[in-house]
Amino acid sequence: MAKTNKFSLKNVDLWYNNFQALKNINMNIPSNEITAFIGPSGCGKSTLIKSMNRMNDLVEGCKITGSIMLDDESIHGHIDVNALRKRVGMVFQKPNPFPMSIFDNIAYGPRTHGIKSKFKLNDIVEKSLRDAAIWDELKDRLKKSALSLSGGQQQRLCIARALSVQPDVLLMDEPTSALDPISTAKIEELVINLKKDYTIVIVTHNMQQAVRISDNTGFFLLGEMIEYGDTQQIFSAPSDKRTEDYITGRFG
Amino acid sequence: MMRKKPVDFILFALTWLSIIATATVLILVVGYVLINGVPHIRPSLFALQFTTQNQSLFPALMGTLMVVGLSLILAVPLGVFSAIYLVEYAKRGSRFVKIVRLTTETLAGIPSIVYGLFGFIFFGVFLGWGLSLMSGAFTVSIMILPLIMRTTEESLKSVPDTYREGSFGIGAGRLRTVMRIVIPAAIPGILAGIILAIGRIIGETAAIIFTLGNVARMPNNLFDTGRTLSAHMYALANEGTHPGEAHATAAVLLIVVILINALSSRIARLIKAS
Ligand SMILES: Nc1ncnc2c1ncn2[C@@H]1O[C@H](COP(=O)(O)OP(=O)(O)OP(=O)(O)O)[C@@H](O)[C@H]1O
Ligand SMILES: [Mg+2]
Repeated sequence: MAKTNKFSLKNVDLWYNNFQALKNINMNIPSNEITAFIGPSGCGKSTLIKSMNRMNDLVEGCKITGSIMLDDESIHGHIDVNALRKRVGMVFQKPNPFPMSIFDNIAYGPRTHGIKSKFKLNDIVEKSLRDAAIWDELKDRLKKSALSLSGGQQQRLCIARALSVQPDVLLMDEPTSALDPISTAKIEELVINLKKDYTIVIVTHNMQQAVRISDNTGFFLLGEMIEYGDTQQIFSAPSDKRTEDYITGRFG
Repeated sequence: MMRKKPVDFILFALTWLSIIATATVLILVVGYVLINGVPHIRPSLFALQFTTQNQSLFPALMGTLMVVGLSLILAVPLGVFSAIYLVEYAKRGSRFVKIVRLTTETLAGIPSIVYGLFGFIFFGVFLGWGLSLMSGAFTVSIMILPLIMRTTEESLKSVPDTYREGSFGIGAGRLRTVMRIVIPAAIPGILAGIILAIGRIIGETAAIIFTLGNVARMPNNLFDTGRTLSAHMYALANEGTHPGEAHATAAVLLIVVILINALSSRIARLIKAS
């Protein structure tokens, strides 16, 4: 089966003012697979994932060169940045529901993109919460504040919020690092289920997590991509010494 | 229960002492004003027209409400939108922002009598508005502008960036993010600033007497003169011929302030709930 690539990055360099945070990144991210980014703190994982939906635009002094193609179209070209972020959703490290009701949290995205009908919104909210495997827990309290939920529920709510605008891609930056093991397991299961409909890129510090859920893994060090390939391959027979040192825990 | 260490105990005692001291002062002041004032409150104090006999505070009460209303209409939108610009749109740490901040901080430190003189010369003389509601309200709104800007800025800054990221991340633009996410989260702080500003306007005398004037009647139009409750009190206390009415006026002023505060926090809670 021929893989199609969702993202294709060529010679991507990125600077925060004078500091080069990404150095010549070249990689393809296959559709409907889970791709994990691993590497020690400060190596540029978040920076890279944030450049895929141009969240870095918001950082003053951030400059990027090279090309990032989404479905063969440059994300820095004609495409409107808000339309890009609708297609490429994001889930953050710390769950960040808005201080409003559960319903309004999910409806915020579709409303942003022009859906007004109450009927449609109800539909979207239900479907998004179902897809994020949290509908049964929340269906009776949609009017309650989202801030009253537990951390794990909040994170699944944030995933539902990201799904509400029907993205193609889900970028997740350490989505479970602030959660307990049970919530983490739920989210991992959820992510695996989402793979059939979405392309998923996930940053993780947890090596077992990368092994458990990802198809491809990229290992980063000091802004460079050291090794990238099939997850099984990377973890069983890494070709670079530094990758091996990192995954065996002899590092940073 | 564990026994407390001496340091803990001393801190505990100090905390309580300060609370008791603060509460005592407050109760003394409020008690003094009410005990001396309330017995002198009588219907004639609320007569539509001020006369030497009735010493009615009604015109001054109306004057206060007009000045408060008009200066809020002028200062709140300007202050709130400037703060939104500074926090959400301007480049953080740019020279322009620094200059604006320095200016507002300086403005906040100027004594109100200076605002009064400026208002008198600029609005009253130069623009020819004389002693009037317009001169008064414009002067006072310049005076409270820095306060509103600062409190709004602080409350916008206290909205976590993760909210903004969440909104941008789903494809919302800056305007929508500010209007739908940031401002609602900042409303309580903004309202607190407005309440402080109202307090400052109500308590102001110097700047008011120089610009609105201190004539015991209700302004008939925007360019008419009048007085506020505080200015009215100032006049009564100065003349010293009607001590009972002066005390009664103080009590009414206090009650008005308490009412306005209660009303504002009620409004704040309503907005938060919706
Ligand atoms: N806004 C910024 N301004 C300047 N430098 C930044 C900024 N954000 C990140 N950096 C720097 O860029 C480098 C990469 O940061 P990044 O957050 O991408 O690392 P990371 O791999 O996600 O680390 P972690 O695992 O701790 O999240 C770091 O050296 C960091 O200090
Ligand atoms: Mg990171």
